Amino acid sequence: MASGIRAARLEARSWGWRHASRRDWAVRGLDLDVPAGQRVLLLGASGAGKSTLLLGAAGLLGGVDEGEEAGAVLLDGVPSASARGRAGLVQQDPEAGVILARVGDDVAFGCENLGVPRGEIWARVAEALDAVGLDVPLDTPTSRLSGGQKQRLAMAGVLAMRPGLVLLDEPTANLDPEGVAEVRAAVARLVEETGATLVVVEHRTDVWADLVDRVVVLGPDGVVADGAPAGVFGQEGDRLAAGGVWVPGHLPQVAPAEAREGEPLLRIERLTAGRGRRPVLTLDEELEVAGGTATAFTGPNGAGKSTVALTLAGLLPPLAGRVDALPALAAGAAPEPARWRSRELLSRIGTVFQNPEHQFLTGRVADELAVGPRALGLPEDAVAARVEELLERLGLSRLAAANPFTLSGGEKRRLSVATALATRPRMLVLDEPTFGQDVRTWTSLVLLFRELLDEGAALVTVTHDDRFLSALATRTVALGAVGAGSRA
Amino acid sequence: MTAAIEGAGPIAGANPVTKLAASAVLAVALVLSLDLVSASVALALELLALPFAGVPWKVLWRRTAVVWLAAPLTGLTILLYGRTSGTVYVDWLLVRISDGSVELAIATVLRVLAVGLPAVVLFLTVDPTDLADGLAQLVRLPARFVLGALAGLRLLAVFWEDWRTLELARRARGVADTGRLRRFAGQAFALLVLAIRRGSALATAMEARGFGAPGERTWARPSRLGGRDAALFAGSVLIAAAAVTAAVATGSWNFIAGR
Repeated sequence: MASGIRAARLEARSWGWRHASRRDWAVRGLDLDVPAGQRVLLLGASGAGKSTLLLGAAGLLGGVDEGEEAGAVLLDGVPSASARGRAGLVQQDPEAGVILARVGDDVAFGCENLGVPRGEIWARVAEALDAVGLDVPLDTPTSRLSGGQKQRLAMAGVLAMRPGLVLLDEPTANLDPEGVAEVRAAVARLVEETGATLVVVEHRTDVWADLVDRVVVLGPDGVVADGAPAGVFGQEGDRLAAGGVWVPGHLPQVAPAEAREGEPLLRIERLTAGRGRRPVLTLDEELEVAGGTATAFTGPNGAGKSTVALTLAGLLPPLAGRVDALPALAAGAAPEPARWRSRELLSRIGTVFQNPEHQFLTGRVADELAVGPRALGLPEDAVAARVEELLERLGLSRLAAANPFTLSGGEKRRLSVATALATRPRMLVLDEPTFGQDVRTWTSLVLLFRELLDEGAALVTVTHDDRFLSALATRTVALGAVGAGSRA
Repeated sequence: MTAAIEGAGPIAGANPVTKLAASAVLAVALVLSLDLVSASVALALELLALPFAGVPWKVLWRRTAVVWLAAPLTGLTILLYGRTSGTVYVDWLLVRISDGSVELAIATVLRVLAVGLPAVVLFLTVDPTDLADGLAQLVRLPARFVLGALAGLRLLAVFWEDWRTLELARRARGVADTGRLRRFAGQAFALLVLAIRRGSALATAMEARGFGAPGERTWARPSRLGGRDAALFAGSVLIAAAAVTAAVATGSWNFIAGR
């Protein structure tokens, strides 16, 4: 495997980049020298320009149309943009990394573009799939892979190009614990066997701390800390944690919630959930959701957790069995939430989708918060009061006039939770609320949910975040075997 | 997007480019004239060739349903509103059924079937990746264009998921009870925003794998033409030729541009 890979040296010389559409520089005055074969974990608060640096190193920032560059990023002394193929990049969203419909073709794609002879391509494809431990037939449809498998596929595609520098941008942020372990093991084997230089960006430092030999922390004006992992985490731990990074020994301490069970709100009996007519998952247990409690559904990506959540939220009708709102929740409406009118849901069940962008309806943060209360028919002064209160409570006041789509990941998440809270529902359904969040957003969400429980609301969450579970969950329901694998 | 089905017959294994060319030959020959003879000869010969397509009957019925449905509907329209000639049987408002419109209607039904059936059957067994390989390597269409389209095609399934989720999200936000038309417009706009985002992420991923790099691109999967391609193409030319010859010989050929 080591054959053909020559580790690359990465240098940034007082480098800066400003996107054409922005006033501020994403990165400025950066000096960094990563010798060939070194493994670097790159940290920094969101907005410090980590992703921009990776794109720059991969030569993907584009020309003068895309933005303004200062200084230079060099691979083995050559500007990165003219060193195509020397650096390979894997991005955060597993869905975005898949290019073609079949596994073998997808891995071969990069080799084809680099003009590798046909005979050699397939040998490289086999080698690369082997290196990332993705043991599936070459004609497997890529749509059938799990998130962890998709990330390993993307890595194989990069590896087949034999890059001297491997760049990973939050490769595990969207994965379940199993997927995280898979990807980490694949990266470990990859750098071990190829000796390629590695730069990885990730909030979850515990995953990578053992694998890297250097940690670099980016700030608004270049590197703020640089050294061996233990040293940087020791000296900079507090500052990093305050900046949103998950640092070993500086994790948020939240005492477990005390369950104060209130009125029963929802009863679930022998539920079969699915989209369209296709059953995805069956719940044999009978469950009751009560006010003041948090029920969590766990299980691997693709087990059908989201479908269960949407069914309990009254958005999808159950395919079999029952989901019944008890009198305290129904408050005069029919017993089946799936038959409620859209407006009836508002004050009863709020839903926070996995991808906040799916639920934004307006062009301003404040308007976004007003949608629900207005649909309830509240008078304008009451609407304004609720909007004001939520902006304050979720730390969004300074963004009131911003477009929801332009917010950072953490801000979007907080806004999507706030839109659900605006109509004060008795029950809140949350689909992966802490997915890929930095430590600050994570902590603020957990504290907020804790307050909601104290106020008597019921929480139903789908998650694989163990910290979230131990901080909040009253009861955990593990989903798995039944629907696993049946979802494409 | 419907995926290609696994086909086993001799036609299924032909190069997608050949399938494209074969259905084009039939279509061109059959739209040149609007007579009864050429359409029926072509359709009869096609039905004889159908068993070689390697498509199971059940799948065949299901996938060609739209053609079977579209043909009589088109025929009906022509029957009621087509050019009038000969005896007029019904005359009511704009509807006028005559000898001429009856004949034209039957010819149209047969023609839609004769063009539609082979096209659907041939494309049932076309895998988009193989078609892209063929278009780029045999037809020499620009790789950038072909591969961009191929990668984009994969996103269609993702967009469909997005659309359904957007729908549920609107219900959850309390705005799904009224104003269906306005909501549809808003939802379409939201999908557009998501689509642009996904599209640019895909473009970045493709560039990260050297797409558009200077230098000659190689192809991992060779796209070749063989004996069965020759047979398929010859078959479609023969059917087209037989249909046109029969129509001309019986004097029923009416060149569409000649009117």
